[in-house]
Amino acid sequence: MKPTLKRSNAPIFWALFGAGGMLSALLGPMLVFITGIAVPLGLLLPPDTMSYPRMLAFAQNWIGKGFVFAVIALFLWHAAHRIFHSLHDVGIHAGTGAKLLCYGLAMLGTVVAAYALLTIGF
Amino acid sequence: MNKRRPYVRSMDGWWRKNPYFVEYMIHEGTALFVAAYAAILLTGLVRLSQGEAAWTAWLTALKNPWYIGFHLLALVAIAYHTYTWFKIMPRTMPPVVVGGQRLSAWAITGSGLAVAAAASLGLLALVWGMAR
Repeated sequence: MKPTLKRSNAPIFWALFGAGGMLSALLGPMLVFITGIAVPLGLLLPPDTMSYPRMLAFAQNWIGKGFVFAVIALFLWHAAHRIFHSLHDVGIHAGTGAKLLCYGLAMLGTVVAAYALLTIGF
Repeated sequence: MNKRRPYVRSMDGWWRKNPYFVEYMIHEGTALFVAAYAAILLTGLVRLSQGEAAWTAWLTALKNPWYIGFHLLALVAIAYHTYTWFKIMPRTMPPVVVGGQRLSAWAITGSGLAVAAAASLGLLALVWGMAR
């Protein structure tokens, strides 16, 4: 018997997948409607809903920062995990390279989001 | 070189032969829209950090019919993700026992969808209230 059992890293990725899946299930459709349809077309919401001063103030606020970071990072981790595991289903025998690419892109997006939020300041 | 050439059954289009797997591929495929939408938001965030001109250019770009079309598709895909996420939930979460009875799959899916609807309306009301 091995002296120490190697711990799997799968629970971390699964937790991020689950958190992102839950967040996108709860708020995803409404977020897409607000940022991608209602505001660009001037429907329902005031025309300056996403104006620069408003969005800057939102991104400088602690709660706003946290929300933007959670949405972008968790959506990315959710999608990366699901796409990685679907590669097998479409006949791509995914190995370490595919895993690095999927999770690496999510990690890159997370770092870029954090960097941008820090640049925006408090 | 291995001279044996064992027969390996082709798996091409395996999922197209069974409606259950077609549905499975569609709900897994919603991840592509989630990823693309997150990428659009990330671009917006980077543009926001670059100043007013960059932000306004990004916001104006969203008015492009291709972006509107993409967001309409993403709305349908992610709404479908919401539905399947809670539909599968009775099988992805541990059993919940209430009053000695296992909570029915229908109750889990139904309450999940109700919470999603309430959260969505709450978000819209919050944005509307903040922007007014």
